[in-house]
Order: sequence, then structure tokens, then C-alpha cells
Amino acid sequence: MITLTHYLVLSAILFSIALVGILRRKNLLMLFFATEIALNAINIAFAAISKYYGDLTGQMFAFFVIAIAASEVAVGLGLLIIWYKRRGTIDLDSLQTMHG
Amino acid sequence: MFEVVAFYLFAALTIVMFVITVMSKNALYAMSSLAAGMIFISAFFFLLDADFLGVVQIIVYSGAVMALYAFAMMFMDTTKEVKENNPPKKIVFFLSGMIALLLVIILLTPVISDKVKALYPMSDEIGNTEAVGIVLFTKYLVPFEVAAIMLLVAMIAGIILASKRMDESITLKIDQEIEEKGAE
Amino acid sequence: MENYVLIALFAPLAGSLFAGMYAMKPKRLITGIVTSALLFVSFLSSLVLLFHLLKTEEIVKVKLFDWITAGSLNIPFGLVADQVSVIMMVTVTLVSTLVHVYSIGYMEHDKGFNRFFSYLSAFVFSMLVLVMSDNFAGLFIGWEGVGLCSWLLIGFWYYKKDEPRDVNPSISPSWAANEAFIMNRIADLGMLIGLFIIYWHIGSLDYDVVFAHVNLLDIAIITMMGIFLFIGAMGKSAQFPLHTWLADAMEGPTPVSALIHAATMVTAGVYLVVRSFPIYSQIPDIGFYIAALGAFVAVFAASMALVNTDLKRIIAYSTLSQLGYMFVAAGLGAYWVALFHLMTHAFFKALLFLGAGNVMHAMNDELNIFKMGGLYKVMRWTAIFMIIASLALSGIYPFAGFFSKDKILEVAFDSQHYIMWFVLWIGAGMTAFYSFRLIMLVFFGEERYKKYGFHPHEAHWYMLAAMAPLALLAIVAGFFEEPFEEFVTQLLPEYHIHIHGILAVALIGLTTLIALSGIALAVYKYSHGGFSPKWRETFIYKLLYNQYYIPILYEKLFIEPYKELSKIAWKELDLRIVDATVDFIAAVIYKSGFAGRVVQSGNLSKMLRWMVIGLLILLVLVIVYSPVR
Repeated sequence: MITLTHYLVLSAILFSIALVGILRRKNLLMLFFATEIALNAINIAFAAISKYYGDLTGQMFAFFVIAIAASEVAVGLGLLIIWYKRRGTIDLDSLQTMHG
Repeated sequence: MFEVVAFYLFAALTIVMFVITVMSKNALYAMSSLAAGMIFISAFFFLLDADFLGVVQIIVYSGAVMALYAFAMMFMDTTKEVKENNPPKKIVFFLSGMIALLLVIILLTPVISDKVKALYPMSDEIGNTEAVGIVLFTKYLVPFEVAAIMLLVAMIAGIILASKRMDESITLKIDQEIEEKGAE
Repeated sequence: MENYVLIALFAPLAGSLFAGMYAMKPKRLITGIVTSALLFVSFLSSLVLLFHLLKTEEIVKVKLFDWITAGSLNIPFGLVADQVSVIMMVTVTLVSTLVHVYSIGYMEHDKGFNRFFSYLSAFVFSMLVLVMSDNFAGLFIGWEGVGLCSWLLIGFWYYKKDEPRDVNPSISPSWAANEAFIMNRIADLGMLIGLFIIYWHIGSLDYDVVFAHVNLLDIAIITMMGIFLFIGAMGKSAQFPLHTWLADAMEGPTPVSALIHAATMVTAGVYLVVRSFPIYSQIPDIGFYIAALGAFVAVFAASMALVNTDLKRIIAYSTLSQLGYMFVAAGLGAYWVALFHLMTHAFFKALLFLGAGNVMHAMNDELNIFKMGGLYKVMRWTAIFMIIASLALSGIYPFAGFFSKDKILEVAFDSQHYIMWFVLWIGAGMTAFYSFRLIMLVFFGEERYKKYGFHPHEAHWYMLAAMAPLALLAIVAGFFEEPFEEFVTQLLPEYHIHIHGILAVALIGLTTLIALSGIALAVYKYSHGGFSPKWRETFIYKLLYNQYYIPILYEKLFIEPYKELSKIAWKELDLRIVDATVDFIAAVIYKSGFAGRVVQSGNLSKMLRWMVIGLLILLVLVIVYSPVR
């Protein structure tokens, strides 16, 4: 039987995969991919909890997460394009203007 | 039975897809596997009786978001491989592993408690879509409207950020040319 | 009647503030005139109150406002004009007015002219607060106020540099001012403890309340009260061992010495003891010790005045000596006698100081009496005034000092403290001797000043006119003894002397005899060239001349160790411990901030890594603090 635990564990695994991606990627675009994975993992968790507790709140939340993710992608990619036009590269290390 | 098989199958597929996304060096492969992973996640939503959510996932994520990413990728030079000065693997995997473990531990223990009350309970007579519609437009109306405005803003921002020159208005310019031509 | 109380109190304050407006400006004659006029107004108000009290015996009380109300502590700012305070008011305002007028002439070439009058009037205001207050807290306020104004006035010429002790025993005006203030502060600690004891056991600081309830207390507590209050009085009235500041206070301008160190501030201690007579009546043993100390100081100071060569110092030691007499009277329970001597002493001592001021002015601020001589020909009036004052001081009939000083000797004899009487008797002789030694060396004899190139001249007419009322009072004030006694004993306890007839006459005769013989010795010796210089080599001369080496003793015993202690506290404690701690805290914050820069490197992937580490820590915390455990 598939219980809530299974879904939550799956969500945790997917989330840590996303974390690996965030930590590893130096290409800004790939970084965005990893962020998307994280958001999706969360959505699975919300939906699972929503089903197993009989509450629609989880689905609502997942809904709004999707909406937000969409708008985030739009704005983020716009910015990315501008950055690429200025610098000619999307390497993450080139983003650094502070010297620490 | 059916559910168990479906769950494990899709879980395995999703994980594999996302690992490819995270580990691959080729941007195109990464993007493709991301799109595939999104589709498989929507399968989970269907398994969880969240029909409306699953459909929205396919349309919005696999459709719109991935299209956006595709356009962005086309804009940049993908043949050039970004030199990845990666941090030591041990640190990365250790961090992520620890977080995964901790999350699992956290999630396992309170799950046993049954103290959560259902605010908006699901009923079996109405279909999921109708139920979502009822809740969305009554209880969650304000967030809905705000999200709509936010999407509008994001769209406008995306257009402005990415376009070439916004100081010249194309429609007005055409009117001017027509007038000039008419004046001649 | 209340209005007169308020006018008497606040007129000097108004004068002080008026003069204060011109403080940093060059000399304006108007400041001197206005302040003197306002003080004269205050004097007239005090006189009105005096006559009112004489006629109606009704004590005037004024409550200005509630000053401190905290819990059960209620101290209003109240004023009272009863017999004791009105006598003090009249004395203070009269002498102050005359000193103000005198100062217009004395300070005429000083560039701090306006500042001087501001300080002087502020001093009179504080003194009036002290004597007019109707509770111990107001008295303490006035006490501190006169201490402050005395510091300001002694150190009036603050810019004069420090000199070594053998050149100038007071080192410098700033040093002398600090010494006066610090010694007074030490005594004030005692006074505060006394006030605390009073409040703790009685619950109020009002005179009426305290004196009504003091006889209900345990005798040990009353003894403590009396001792500590007297310690406060010791500082202000310069009793041994807190006496060194009075001689050094002569660094200030002469009118200051006349007002503060003759007539007013130093008598505040006597006033305190007289005012607290209900306390001291309960503890006659302490009274005896006070009287014994007073007698000791009387002779101690007189002995130092015998050999001194500094004009003002001799008069300062004389003041010290007379204060001892006053404390003898107060200690033995004859409070009205002490008050009477206070009043007459104010008159002739102020006169002496003002005369000395004239001499100094004429001799270009020279103080060594061995450089003067034969000034009678040039400064006739000054000489006459000073002779009158010295006769009063020595206690010759019919001058004022005879009545008051003689009374004190009678009191000592009457309470069967014969040794005390003898000591005071010797003191009277010494007083007469040194007073006339001063007169002879300054005004008569060989004209030594010509050798040093001085050109003395008589003082301005108005300065002499200011001294004239004092001279008059020095002559006639003694005859007011009986009305005075009747008036003041409406409040103070009576003291009946049981010596009558032959014994009384004999005592008076003995006293007059020693005074006259002191005068005769001085006149004879100094008109025939004085004592031989061989005396200067003797041990006793050196002992007396250097003030029994007490200032040097204080310096070695207290000042230098304290300085070392302060240095240690500064270098070791303050710099090493306190500063180091504060700097350490700052350094820790700075270094941790510096170390924290790593988190904000600007490199996104590094910062993401830090974010994940933070997330890890939060998750650990969730597990550690989760409620399910």
C-alpha cells in the first residue's frame, strides 16, 4: 500500500536532487532548471498531503505555486537574456562584482 | 495493486529524469529531461485524485514553462559548453544527502499523528474539478485575483526585458507614414 | 510678612543673575551698584522681619513649593524666620552689603569685576537659604551652595600658577580652592550620614518634626546623630583636623575673606549646632567633646598666629581661634552665647579683613608685614578702624568682643571645666598679643616699606564709608547683650550662669588683665624693634611658622598615597581592565563581522551553498526541538 510516507519520501528525494543541482550548476540556465525541479517536488508533497487528509487546501496551494513558478520563469529568463546581452556569457562566476 | 506499480514506476522514471537534468553537461539534454520529468510528475497528480492539478501541470509546466526555457536556450549559444568549476563532490553530496535524510526523518515522525483537521474536505460525489472550482472562486478568491495580476505583471516584464527597442511605437509609426504618404 | 522673607531671600539671587549677564565682559560699574543695592534691600527686609519678631514674637513661615515627594519622603522648600534665623539673616545681609560696596573699590582694576559680584551675590543667596530653611534638606542645599561659591571665589584668580610650598604655602588659588572644597566634601559625608540617621529614625527632615521627636529616641542614636552632624560642622567651620583650608583660602580676594571666612560660611557650622540644640541638649557628653575640641583649636590657631608674617593669614588664624570659642559655648549648652559671639565676631572680623584689604591695596598686594610699618601716617582711618577691631577682638571693655568673649569664659568656668577656662584664658592673652603685634608691625614703628619702594595711599572714601558701620557696631554691639539674650532665648534654651558677686568680678578682672598684658607686651616689644632674629632659629618658631607641619603631613599621608592609588586605578584598572574589556567586545564584533564576509562573497554558487548549509542547520534544529519527542 502506498501511504503518505512514500509520497513524502519521494518528495524529499526529488528535493535533494534539486539541491544538488543548485549547488553544482554554474550555468545560470541550468540553475533555473534545478529550481523548477524543487518546486515540482514540493507540489507533489502538497498534493499527497491534500489527498491523505481529505483537505483541498493542499491542491490550492500547489495551484498557486504553479502560477508563481510560471511568472518567476518569465521574469527570470527576461533578466537572464539582458545579462547575456551585456556580458556575453551566463557563467555564474562572472556574476560576481563584489569582492567578498 | 495497480496503484503500487504505477507509483514505483513513475517514481523511478522521475528520479532518473531529474538526475539527468542535474548532472548532464549538455543544455539540450538537460532541458529535454526536465520536460519529461514534468510529465511524469503530472502522472503522480492523477494518481492522487488531483485531476485538475495534473492537467494544469501538463499545460502550464510542460507546455508554457518549457517553451519559455526553449526560447531562452535558443537565444544563448548552447554549443559552447560552460566550463564548470565544480566544488568538491564530497561537499555537495554530503550536504544534499544530509538534507534528504533529515527531511525524511522529519516527515516520518509527525505523520503518525492524526491531529490535522480538514478545512475544505473532499467529497466523493462532486468531481475534483468542480470541487477545485468551488473552493478557488469562493474561499481563495483574493489570492486568485492577485495571482492574476501578478501574472500580468510578469508578462509585461518579460516582454520589456527581452525586446529590442521600446522607445519607438510601431503602430504610431505606421500612422505617421500613412499621413506622410498622404501629404505627398 | 511672607513677602519680606521672599524679598530677603531672592534679592541677592536677582543681583547675582543680573551681574552674571555681564560675566565675561569688561568691567561695568552698574553690576557692582545694582548688586549692592539689591543686597541693601535684602538687609532692610531682614530688619523688618527682626522688628516684627521683636514686637509680636510671631515666627514667620513660608512654604514655597513641594520639592521632593517620593514615597514617604516629603521635603518641601520651606523658609522660616524665627529668632535664630533672623539674627543670622541680619548679620549676613549687613556684612554682605558693606562688603559689596567695599568691593566696588577694591576690585576696580580687576578684569573679572562683573563675575566677582555675581559669585558674591550667589554666595549670599546660598547662605540665606542655609539659615532660612526650615528643614535639614534645605540647610544642606545651602551648605553645598556656600561650599560651591566659596570654591568659585577662592579660586577667583584661577590663572595664577602653582608655586612650591616654601614660596607660597597655599601653592595657588586653584589649589587652595580645591583644598577647601575637598575638605568640605569630606565633612559633608559625615553630615549626610547624620541626615540619613535623622531621616531613618524620625521619618522627616523638618526641624519641627525632628526636634519634637528626638527625645523619644535611644540615646545611642542621638549620640550618632550629634557626632555626624558635628563632623559636617567641622568641615565648614574648619575645626581640627579639617582646618588647613581656612588659612589657604586667603588666596582669594580680600572681600571674599571678609565675607566668607569671617562672617558667614565658617559660622555655618556653629549655626548648625545652635539650630540642632534639641539634639545636643540630649547628649551633653558629646557637647563636652565639642567644647574641648573648640578650646584646643582656639589655642592651636592662636599659637600659629603668633609668629606668622602674612597679613591675612594672621587674621585667618584669628578667625579659626574665635570659631573655637564659639564651639566651646555651643558645646557647653550656652547656645545663645555662641550666637552672640558669632554676631559680634562677624562685625569686627569683617572690619579687620577690610582694613587689611586697604593695606594690601595700598602696598600693591604685598602681604609680608615685615615689609610694612609706620603706615599710620599715610592711612589714618584704616589704622583707626583696625585698632578698633583689634580692641574688640582682644575683649577690652567697652568693645563688643569683651561682652561676648567674656561670657564664653564665664560659661566655661561655670560648668566647672576649669582646665578649659584656663586654656581659653591663655588663648585670650595670645589673641590680644598677636592682634596688636599686627597693628604695631603694620602701622607703627620703622617705615620699612620705603626700602622696598612702595607708595601707599589711603583707600577711597566709599570703601572707608563701608567700613564705618562695622566699626560702629564693633563698639556698641556689646551693649545689646541683654535684649539679645531675651530675644533669642524665646527659641533657644536659657543658660544661667551661677557665678555672682566677687567671683564674677574677679574673673572679668583676670580676663581683662591678660588681654591688657598681651597688648602691652606687643606694644612694648614692637616699638622697641621687636624680637631678636635669634628666635627664628628655634624649634618652636619653626614649628609654629610651618603650621605644626600639618599641611606637609597631610600631603605625605593622604595626598601622595591617594595620588599613587589613583594612578594605579587609572593605569591598571581603568586602562587594562575596563578599557580592555570594552575594546575586546568591539574587537570581537569587528572580527566576527570580518569573518562573516565569507558568506557574502558575491559568488552566487557559493552563496547558494551557504544557504543549503543554513537549511541543514534549521532542519537539525527542527528535529532537536520538535514537540513529538
